[in-house]
Amino acid sequence: MAIEANRKEYLRRLGGKKYFILGDEACAYGAIYAGCDFFAGYPITPATEIAELIALELPKAGGICIQMEDELASIAAIIGAAWTGARTMTATSGPGFSLMQENIGYAIMTETPCVIVNVQRSGPSTGQATKPAQGDVMQARWGTHGDHDIIALAPHSAQECLDLMLDCFNLADIYRTPVILLMDGEIGHIRESVTMPELSTITHAERKLAQPAEDIFGGPELVPGITHYGEGANVHVTGSTHLANGMRDVATPEVHDVLLRRIYRKIADNREQIVRTELDKDTDGKAKIGVIAYGAASRPAHGAVGRARNNGNAVDFLRLITIWPFARTQVVEFCRDLDVLLVPEMNLGQISREIERFVNCRVVSVSKIGGVPHTVEEILTAIEEAV
Amino acid sequence: MIIRFAGFGGQGIVLSSYVLGLSAALDGKKALQNQAYGSESRGGECRGDVIISDEEIYELEPLKYDVLVAMNQPAYEKFVPLIKPNGTLILDRDLVVADSAQEPEGITKHAISATDIAFKKFGRKIIANMVLLGYLNTLLNLVSEKALAEAIAKNVPRGTEELNQNACQHGIDLARQEMKV
Amino acid sequence: MGEYRHRLMDYVREEIMPHRFCVGCGCGTVLNAFVNAVEEIGLEPTKMVCVSGIGCSSWIPSPYFRSDTLHTTHGRPIAFATGVKIMRPDLTVVVIAGDGDVSGIGGNHLIHAARRNIDLSVFMVNNMIYGMTGGQVAPTTPSGTKTSTTPHRNIEPAFKVADLVMTAGATYVARWTTYHVFPLMESMQNAMTRKGFSFIEIISQCPDNYGRRIGKPTANDFLKQFRDDAIRINKTEGMSEEQLDKRIVIGKLCDRERPEYVTQLHEIIREQVAAVKREKTK
Repeated sequence: MAIEANRKEYLRRLGGKKYFILGDEACAYGAIYAGCDFFAGYPITPATEIAELIALELPKAGGICIQMEDELASIAAIIGAAWTGARTMTATSGPGFSLMQENIGYAIMTETPCVIVNVQRSGPSTGQATKPAQGDVMQARWGTHGDHDIIALAPHSAQECLDLMLDCFNLADIYRTPVILLMDGEIGHIRESVTMPELSTITHAERKLAQPAEDIFGGPELVPGITHYGEGANVHVTGSTHLANGMRDVATPEVHDVLLRRIYRKIADNREQIVRTELDKDTDGKAKIGVIAYGAASRPAHGAVGRARNNGNAVDFLRLITIWPFARTQVVEFCRDLDVLLVPEMNLGQISREIERFVNCRVVSVSKIGGVPHTVEEILTAIEEAV
Repeated sequence: MIIRFAGFGGQGIVLSSYVLGLSAALDGKKALQNQAYGSESRGGECRGDVIISDEEIYELEPLKYDVLVAMNQPAYEKFVPLIKPNGTLILDRDLVVADSAQEPEGITKHAISATDIAFKKFGRKIIANMVLLGYLNTLLNLVSEKALAEAIAKNVPRGTEELNQNACQHGIDLARQEMKV
Repeated sequence: MGEYRHRLMDYVREEIMPHRFCVGCGCGTVLNAFVNAVEEIGLEPTKMVCVSGIGCSSWIPSPYFRSDTLHTTHGRPIAFATGVKIMRPDLTVVVIAGDGDVSGIGGNHLIHAARRNIDLSVFMVNNMIYGMTGGQVAPTTPSGTKTSTTPHRNIEPAFKVADLVMTAGATYVARWTTYHVFPLMESMQNAMTRKGFSFIEIISQCPDNYGRRIGKPTANDFLKQFRDDAIRINKTEGMSEEQLDKRIVIGKLCDRERPEYVTQLHEIIREQVAAVKREKTK
């Protein structure tokens, strides 16, 4: 999509600048780069700084930011706004993310492109409200009821909070689906140096538009084109099971079957196109020990891998950037020759169990909860115990 | 290099850590700043951490520190055992009564009258943090003075830039004198 | 005999008629009044977005009204509509949903939308019961009523939703019943043509799931009751609260001006964008 003149004006001033900012603030700038037209949110630690910076800066680029009465309303408003053709997002943390689940399902069912940022904090319930965690990985996957697939990405640095927002909005438009940026309170609340991209490097994916009179909820393609409101097409959007033309049909088994399998397959079948990982293989190529991590936990994990190598141990490292759909192919390939795989996570082993479903090596969950990230030393000890 | 600033809310603890982190970033170094959030940071205890490195920073929340800058008694007592061996302790002598029994062996201790200087020389107790920041930076040669001055100029309240720079410079001078001796 | 086609058929999705409302349901009347009101003010359905929630009356616009529609989750239509209206202020955005949806599960969105004075028209069809799920107590069910979830009797007082919305800051509030079709139509016209948050509470009948619990099996019984119980707002002076509780106060409860939300929001954007441009030309 072409970037609007007002936004170009704004972004041109930013390009090349280096800011020492929070991961949350980087996420906010990422949203502006990604062409976010509309943000609706509700304050919550540790995600509030996203809304605060967007409220300050987005209007300068011609976009709109509002605070709603709660998270239910926030996600509802961004879904409504998406149907006018806008790129829309909200940002929250665990409790708010829980409240949003029903409408995330609505966005999945109605194939509404939008972005939901979840800066994960320690739960369940109020938990350690100001402390980071990675406990919502499975909630991101399965939080809303019913069968579905989902796209979720996890940044490991402030810079990546910015960079991945572009991917989130592009994926949302390409696959006509809600996309989750699964941040964590650690990455959201550290300040690091973040480089603002040059405007010339920014591309916005096209949201495929339907031809006049073409069905927008079905058809030969896995991702049907969309028609927005106000174009005279009498678009009928419902969260109920519907026909390709959008009209409700909850009685015919085949209608539900066709609809749901297509919505599922548009992500599952495009897994290889969507998934991004970062591989750091041991130079000798004979590692029998591997580490897979993502988000905050991947920082000390990568540090520990480096230290282990310095101590003479061959260790491979894989970072998951895309959490969902699961990087099955990459993980299986990574683990093929390993004896032991360590999975440090700030939860009780959510991705560790997912990995176990696919690999033959021994999988050791290096879980840490309590609101503080792993230290390099802790993960190094786990690696050395595995040697 | 891992530095923790700790004291009461309102002493400019977080600002100090932010300014130092930003200065390092301006120098092109890797820098990471973190602070206490939420109810934890209200009223009583306040802390701000900075990690400065020439290489990638992997440790997000270190358990031990190379440097502790303590600006009140509870912060001193709580964090002094966490200084690494061969680490550095910097105190505001006017606010902390040191008890060497608690201090890890092998650390280097520096105490200056930051609050007294801030009040008597500059008429504002609140800029004691800048005296300490200038002192710390010169003592340990963390970031360039140019970057530090730029970071201060950008982040202190408008109209107080000179005051803050002067306070910082006073800290720098103190460290230089001390190092000559 | 020539083929008869109703003059308002263009306003409904003819292909899915006949509608599925129960015999005697008030929703058909509300749909009729709504379609007539749209035609009367010459509003192009292509310039409208109709938003509804979950419940029988949410079917009035979706699927029956032929415009862009958004059939949302239960209780949230006003919040969804807020996003639509902000991004397309040129479109007329109408919410039609039930009492359970708007004042029960979605009550929070209702009062905040009224407080913001966002330019939406909300038509709440109040049948005093959860009809679609089979007759459970609603926030609007009169106390004393036996419903499937208050089988002994309802001990809660009923919400006076229009009064609540007026207090919350809506600029146009009215209450009518399905007996008062023509004033209802006129009121809908007012609501859709004026700027600001407009709210009409439409007292309606549910013979199947409410009527049979209170011994009023037919729609006619309900309509007669609405006719007899109704009292115009301008005739209520000097009446005690106790007397009023037994009546349905109908008419325009308020009609006032306050700054509208979306207009102000877009003003801020214009200011901020202009500031960036000024900075550049400096």
